[in-house]
Amino acid sequence: MLSTVGLTHYLVVAAVLFTLGVLGIFINRKNIILVLMCIEMMLLAVNINMVSFSAFLHDLAGQVFTFFILTVAAAEVAIGLAIVTVFFRNRGSIEVDDTNMMKG
Amino acid sequence: MTPFNMMPFDWFAVAPALPEVFLACAAMGLLIVGVFSRGEVASRSVGGLALVSLVVTYVIMHAAKVADFQQAFPKGAVGFMFVADEFAFYAKGLILAAGVFSILLTPDFMNRNSINKFEYYVLITLATLGMMIMVSANDLLAMYVGMELMSFCLYILAAFWRDNLKSSEAGLKYFVLGSLASGLMLYGMSLLYGMTGDTSFDGIGILLGNGLPNIEHSVAITVALVLMIVAMAFKVSAVPFHMWTPDVYEGAPTPVTVFMATAPKAAAMLLMMRVLYQPLLALEDQWMQMLTVLSLLTMGIGSLLAIVQTNIKRLLAYSSIGNVGFMLVGVVAGTEDGVQGVLVYLAIYLTMTIGLFAVLLSLRRKNVFVETIDDLAGLARTAPGAAFAMMLITFSLAGVPPLVGFFGKFYVFSAAIAAGQTWLAISGVLFSVIAAYYCLRIVKVMYFDEGKFRPELNQPSNAQWIAVLAAAGVLVMSVFIDVLDHTAGRAASSLFRLEHTVARH
Repeated sequence: MLSTVGLTHYLVVAAVLFTLGVLGIFINRKNIILVLMCIEMMLLAVNINMVSFSAFLHDLAGQVFTFFILTVAAAEVAIGLAIVTVFFRNRGSIEVDDTNMMKG
Repeated sequence: MTPFNMMPFDWFAVAPALPEVFLACAAMGLLIVGVFSRGEVASRSVGGLALVSLVVTYVIMHAAKVADFQQAFPKGAVGFMFVADEFAFYAKGLILAAGVFSILLTPDFMNRNSINKFEYYVLITLATLGMMIMVSANDLLAMYVGMELMSFCLYILAAFWRDNLKSSEAGLKYFVLGSLASGLMLYGMSLLYGMTGDTSFDGIGILLGNGLPNIEHSVAITVALVLMIVAMAFKVSAVPFHMWTPDVYEGAPTPVTVFMATAPKAAAMLLMMRVLYQPLLALEDQWMQMLTVLSLLTMGIGSLLAIVQTNIKRLLAYSSIGNVGFMLVGVVAGTEDGVQGVLVYLAIYLTMTIGLFAVLLSLRRKNVFVETIDDLAGLARTAPGAAFAMMLITFSLAGVPPLVGFFGKFYVFSAAIAAGQTWLAISGVLFSVIAAYYCLRIVKVMYFDEGKFRPELNQPSNAQWIAVLAAAGVLVMSVFIDVLDHTAGRAASSLFRLEHTVARH
């Protein structure tokens, strides 16, 4: 007997995605592009949260919020890639471990 | 919330946001001017126009306050998402002043390193706009959009020196950690929205004040509270979320560091107070504990690690972290006096920070801008005026009584004692004694040490008169501290307007 998919299921999916995103930023020691993807994943997890709450509460504000998050995420990744490009030109590498000019 | 219906758009509802509307249009105009003029002319004209538009924004804001738009249009701007109260007015005054002075400090440094591009001024203008929206936000959505507008501009500004490795590394680190923080904040916001069903600060405040229906709700609300406090602590660089600060301050071009150390810090601090004292006031017991820990750690780490620094921009980064710790003492006090103390402290902190950086930007050693503390050796002989200004400001930073820095700490600590947080105030005083050590070290190096190459004054630039102005401000502000205190008091009392509608505890 299959139970229906409720709010909790959506929230669990979002929480798992979000946690994966956060862990990805910390555990990944290799490539900065992966960090950018992890950031995107965090934002998408938030979107799932927002949309499911919005549907559950019968309230549009959450879906409006989602559109803003999507737009902002696009701008964010554009800026991130631009900074990575600039960094690559100066350093010749985009490894996380190579961001070590300044310490202390 | 009402379902989507075709209400006619009320243009007058935007009236309280008129300064922001103007600044947004001005930023677009600046881009057009920049594109249609060439080279040197572009950066000079856009810089000048950016300065003018910040000043005009202040004038409009003042006019709107005199005409009392918020009362005339009680519905507020754009629904209830935006509020232009005394608190926001005070905050925007600080932010605009910081923006104006960082623009004035910019051209000399940028020209010497041939990175004087007009985009810089547009980004400063947009970041200022983001901060103005942040401090006026009365809704999670407005808060998020304002904060991201500020942050994005700052990421680009940190990496603005494109062919400098340190600058691009600073930009990269700031971007990754900043995006992580805003992701955490968003997740917190989504939980808060899900649990209360509202995104407006007023609505959330009333719902939380009435108590939560069941235990799952209160767990989720606590998680949301923690996530939002983490994100805001990151923006004000409170320990343990401060790791980015020294690196970004060191790597970013110095004028950008001036801007980042002043306006965004003030904006984030003020936003933090609005969020804690308006929508999340009912959770005071919980956030009070977290902020007490944050404040102790921030004061401690900021003061202690500043001692071992050799790079002067890193030292100022740790010093600003320490100052944030002192301000958090005022936030933890949880009273109107505490908020008032923080507001006074912010104004004083901004004056001192701008002054310190102005002195640094007016000095060169072997034809490069000073980088380490030892570079300042012998300054008292080559440029006694600059050394004296620096001494006044560092003494004020250390909290030596006749100077204004003392009053900031005094207000914050006495508010904490009045609120019964005596031991927190005592540890604050102890940490400010430790902080005095690194302030005095700068003075010692300037007056008593002897370096191979002495630093010298640049040829006349804006930095010099701004340094003089700040040094004079440090002296004179303590005479007029009552005026500042009074203004901050009115701003603080407008923050507590919800107290009548929301039962505390």
